Amino acid sequence: MVEETGATLGNIERIGIHIAGIVQGVGFRPFVYNLARRHHLRGWVLNDGAGVRIEAEGASHALREFVAGLTAEAPPLAVIADMMIIALPLKGETQFEIKSSLISVTHSATISPDIATCPDCRREMADPNNRRFGYPFTNCTNCGPRYTIITGVPYDRMRTTMDPFAMCPACQAEYDDPANRRFHAQPNACPVCGPRYRLLNSDGQEAAGQPLTEARRLLKNGAIVAVKGIGGYHLVCDAMNQQAVTLLRTRKIREDKPFAVMGGSLESVRRHCLVSQAEETFLTGAVRPIVLLAKTAGYSLAEAVAPGNPCLGVMLPYAPVHWLLLAPEDVWVMTSGNSSDEPIAYTDGDAIARLAGIADYFLIHNREIHYRADDSVVRIFNDKPYILRRSRGLAPAPIRLVRPGPPVLACGGELKNAFCLTKGDQAFVSVHMGDLENMAAFESYKATIGHCQGLLGIRPEVVACDLHPEYLSTKYADHWNLPRIAVQHHHAHIASVLAEHGLEEPVIGIAFDGTGYGSDGHLWGGEFLLADCREFTRLAHCRYLPLPGASRAIKEPWRPAAWMLQELYNADFVNLDIPLARLLPEGWQMTIQAAAKGINAPLTSSAGRLFDIAAAILGIRTHIHYEGQAAVELELAATGARGDTLPYDITAGNVRELDFRPTFAAMVQAIGQGRGTAELAAAFHTTLAAAITDMTRRLSKTTGIRKVALSGGVFQNMTLLRQVAGLLEKDFTVLIHRQVPTNDGGLCLGQAAVAIERSR
Amino acid sequence: LAHGSGGKLSHDLVTGVMLPAFANAALNELHDGARINMPGVKLAFTTDSYVVKPLFFAGGNIGKLAVCGTVNDLAMCGADPHYLSAGFIIEEGFPVADLIRIVESMQAAASEAGVAIVTGDTKVVEKGAVDGIYINTAGIGAVIDGTGISPTRVRPGQDIILSGPVGNHAVAIMALRHGLVLPQTVTSDCAPLNGLVKELLSAVPDVAVLRDPTRGGLATTLNEIAQQAAVGILVEEAAIPVQPEVAAACDILGFDPLYLANEGKMIIFSQPQASERLLAILKGHKYGKEAGIIGKVTDSPAGQVGLRTLIGGIRLLDMPVADQLPRIC
Ligand SMILES: [Fe+3]
Ligand SMILES: [Mg+2]
Ligand SMILES: [Zn+2]
Ligand SMILES: [Zn+2]
Repeated sequence: MVEETGATLGNIERIGIHIAGIVQGVGFRPFVYNLARRHHLRGWVLNDGAGVRIEAEGASHALREFVAGLTAEAPPLAVIADMMIIALPLKGETQFEIKSSLISVTHSATISPDIATCPDCRREMADPNNRRFGYPFTNCTNCGPRYTIITGVPYDRMRTTMDPFAMCPACQAEYDDPANRRFHAQPNACPVCGPRYRLLNSDGQEAAGQPLTEARRLLKNGAIVAVKGIGGYHLVCDAMNQQAVTLLRTRKIREDKPFAVMGGSLESVRRHCLVSQAEETFLTGAVRPIVLLAKTAGYSLAEAVAPGNPCLGVMLPYAPVHWLLLAPEDVWVMTSGNSSDEPIAYTDGDAIARLAGIADYFLIHNREIHYRADDSVVRIFNDKPYILRRSRGLAPAPIRLVRPGPPVLACGGELKNAFCLTKGDQAFVSVHMGDLENMAAFESYKATIGHCQGLLGIRPEVVACDLHPEYLSTKYADHWNLPRIAVQHHHAHIASVLAEHGLEEPVIGIAFDGTGYGSDGHLWGGEFLLADCREFTRLAHCRYLPLPGASRAIKEPWRPAAWMLQELYNADFVNLDIPLARLLPEGWQMTIQAAAKGINAPLTSSAGRLFDIAAAILGIRTHIHYEGQAAVELELAATGARGDTLPYDITAGNVRELDFRPTFAAMVQAIGQGRGTAELAAAFHTTLAAAITDMTRRLSKTTGIRKVALSGGVFQNMTLLRQVAGLLEKDFTVLIHRQVPTNDGGLCLGQAAVAIERSR
Repeated sequence: LAHGSGGKLSHDLVTGVMLPAFANAALNELHDGARINMPGVKLAFTTDSYVVKPLFFAGGNIGKLAVCGTVNDLAMCGADPHYLSAGFIIEEGFPVADLIRIVESMQAAASEAGVAIVTGDTKVVEKGAVDGIYINTAGIGAVIDGTGISPTRVRPGQDIILSGPVGNHAVAIMALRHGLVLPQTVTSDCAPLNGLVKELLSAVPDVAVLRDPTRGGLATTLNEIAQQAAVGILVEEAAIPVQPEVAAACDILGFDPLYLANEGKMIIFSQPQASERLLAILKGHKYGKEAGIIGKVTDSPAGQVGLRTLIGGIRLLDMPVADQLPRIC
C-alpha cells in the first residue's frame, strides 16, 4: 500500500469533507467509496444527521481529483447544496470503508423525495430469470420510495418502514457489496424477504390467485380497485370503460372534476393526447408527475374521465406495481383514494374504512406508508414546468433562498395548503396538504409539520402565516409562542415568485386570484403591488364589488353576476335576452336586496370573480362543484376562438382601479347581437390581458419599474397566462412560477421569504 | 368595542377584562350563572343585559327575551329559577304603550316560567343616550338536587342531544332589521326552557352538561364545550334540524344556520344509556318536539368540533374569531 506512485510522505495529506444536500438515500456513500478506491485513498464515509461526512487520506493530487469527482460524478439523484473541506492530521489507515451512520442532535440532512422505478430495476422485474421477476417492491439506490417511508434521520433502514423486514442473505449481500447497485439501498427487498401485495374484496376476504394478475383481470372486467402505492391509495378503473368511470364518479361523489389517468406506455398516451418533447421529458423522468396534456382528435377514452375538457391529466407508471399492473396498451383512471374533499387515504385501516363504499377490491401491501404524498401535477408552459401541485417526487426537496435567515415555519393558506420550513438558505416546501377545513387534512397538517421538523432538525424561531384571521393555518400559527409575522395573501403570492427567482429588487407584482384577506379588511384578489420580499404598496386593484352571501357567492357565480348586472341595468336585467336571466334561482331578488343592505356581502377586488361573472352571464356555469370550475369552463369555451378587446376603464388616482363594468355591458350587448359564446369567452380573456398590460404600462411609467411578477390562482388559466406573458414580454422582464404553484400551494414559500426579510 | 358577535373576541373580552376585575370562584367557572352556597341551599345566580334591535319581532320582544334569557341561563346550570330582578334604562320619549307591551310580555313569560320578578330599577336617560330601551335581568334559582352540571363531566362516548331546529331567532331578527320579507312561519324561538329542564333532570339527574346555543349558535357553543372539557366532538349534519323556511333564507343570504343565535334551544350531553329517556321527555314537551341525537363526544382531536357533512367528509366546525369571512381563495 505504500507504493502510492512514488509519492513521498510529504505529499500525503488527510482532509475532512462535509457535504450537505440530498446526499442520503441516493447511493452517495457507495459512490464515495468507489471514487475513493479509484483514487487509492484511505479513510471513511458515513451519513450523519446533516449529510455525508468523509475523511480521506492519500496523495494530494489524488485528493484534488477525488474532491472534483464528488461533484462532477455524483449519482443522478444527489443534490449537493454545500461542501466544506478542512485539513486534518494523518491517521494512516490501510483502507477506505463505509462506517455506520451517526445520529447527531443537530441533524439537517435533507430528505429525498420518492423516485420513480429506474430502468435497471424495470429490466429486472421484466426478466423471468431474475430473482425479482414480477416483484412489486423492486428498488435500488437510484430509485424507490424515500420521503413516504422515512420515520427518522439519518436515513437508514431501521428508520424506515422497511425496518420490520429482515433482509434475506441474497439481499443482504447486495446491501453490503460496495460494487452493487443496491449497496446500502435502504428499501432493498426481494420476493423472499420483502413486503408483498394482497388482494381483498370489500368484505376483507382474500381473493384467490396471484394478487396483481387477478387485480388486472378484475379491472379489465370493469371493477374499481383501490391500489396502495407509494404515497397513498389510488382508486383505479379502466379509462375505456364508461360504465366503470361513471360508477366511480357516483361513488366518489365527484360530479365533473376531471380524473387523472395512467397510461401503460408513452405510446398508449399518444393515442389520446398530444405529447411535446418537453412533456415527454416530464412524463418519463424520475419525478413522474401528472402532466396535463391536450387531447387529440383520436381521443377515445370514456367521456366521463374528463367531461368536456380538452385537457387530460396523465402519468406514466412510477412504482413497480404500476409497471406490473398495466400492460403497454392500458389507460386507467388513477385518482386519489378519497371521497369528495377528504385527503388521500394512506393507512390500511383508514383506506378500508373510507373507501369501502367506493372500491370493489383492495390491492394492499404490508409496507407502511409513514406519511402521505399525493401525485404532483404539472403543466408544460413554454417548454418548462409550471407546477400546479408540488407533492410526490418534488417535495420536500429544498428551494434555495437568496440568503440565509432564522429558521421559519410558514403555515401557508387554507385551501391547497402546503407549509414551508426553512433552515439557513434552504426552504423546504411540504407535500400537498389539501384543504385544512377538512378535519383529517388539518390533523395530518399538524402531524406532518412535527414530523418534518424532526427529520430536518428545524426548530422554528419565527412563524409566518396569512393575514386572514379565520384561516385555520393562522389560528394554528397562534399556538406557537413565537414571533408571528402575518403576511398579506397577495404579497405572499408575489414574494413566492421573487423567492423562486432569487430576486431582491422591487417588481410590479400582479396577483390575480380568488380571494385573500386584504390589509383594509376587504377581500383582495385583483392586485397590482409594488413589492419586494419585505414590503409592498398597493398600486392598483380591480374595482370592489360586494359578494352577495359571502362564501356562497364563490360557490354560486350567478350571485356576483346578478349583482353586476343589476348595477348596470337595475333589476330590469332579467328582461334582457341573456342566458343568465333564464338561470337565476328562485329568491335571487332577496340575495341582491340583502347585498345592497350590506348583509353578509363583503367587498372584493377578486379577479377570479370576474371569470365567474363572465361564465354566469354566458350561461356556462351558475353553480360550481369544485374550486375555479367556472373559470376553467370559461377557458374551455374560448378554446380555438378569437375575441376582440372589449372596453374597460382605468381610474386615475393614487391607487388606480380597473373597472370591468364596461366589459360586461359590452358582452351583454354582443349576446343581443347574436355573437357566439366561444367568441365572447375569448373576448373576455383578451380584454383581461389587454387591461392588465395597459395598467402595468401605466404603473411602470410612474414607478420606473420594468420587472413584472405574475402569481395567484387565476394564472392557472393558460389562455390568460399566455396572452398576458406574451404582451408584457415585449416591454418587461416577466417572472412566473417554475418551482411552486401559482395557486395557494405556493403561498408558504412567499410567507417564509417575507418572514426572513423582516427578521433580518 | 366590537365584541358583540359572540365569537372569540367576545370570549377574550370576558376572560381578558371582566374576569380579572371580578374574579371569584363562582364567576371563574364561566357558566351562564353562578351556583353559590348559602347555608342550607345551593343557589344559582345569573345576570344578562338585553339590547336587541328591533325591540319587537315575530315570536317575541325585548321583554320576553330578557325573562327567557335569564331563566334559561339558570336552567342550564341545572337550577330551578325562582326570582328575577329587572333593570330598565329607557330613552326619554320612549312610547309608554310600547313599554307596557314589553312589561306585559315579561310578566307573561315569567308566569309561564313560574318565576317572580321581585326587584327592579328604572332609569330614564336623555334622548340619544340609549336606543329606545335596554333591560337587564338577574335571576336566582335553586340547584336541582342530585345534579352536577359541569363541562368537566363531559366524557368520550356521551351523546349530544339538540332540543330542536336551529337558526330561527337570528333569521327572524335579521329579516326584520333589514326589511327582508320572509314567510310568516319564520319566528324567533324565544321560550323559557326551565320547565322542560326540570322534567329532564328529575328523570336523569346525572346529565353532564346543558347549554343554550345563543350568540354564535350551535357551532360556537359546541366549541366552547369541546375546549372546556378537552374532548373532541363529532356531529352529523343530517341530524341537525333546520326549519325549511329558515334553511331557504340562510341559502339566499349565505348564512350557516349552525352559527346563528337561538333563544329557546338547548344541547344536552349525557350518557348514551339515558338518551332514550331524555328524548321521550323532550318529544313530549312543546319545546322539544323535534329533539334528536346530533352527535357524540370523542376523545380526539381534543378541543375540536367536526361536522360529518351530507356528502360524507368531516369538516372542522371552527369557532370564528370575529364575523365569518370567506376563506376560499
Ligand atoms: Fe390565493
Ligand atoms: Mg346569558
Ligand atoms: Zn432502481
Ligand atoms: Zn431478499
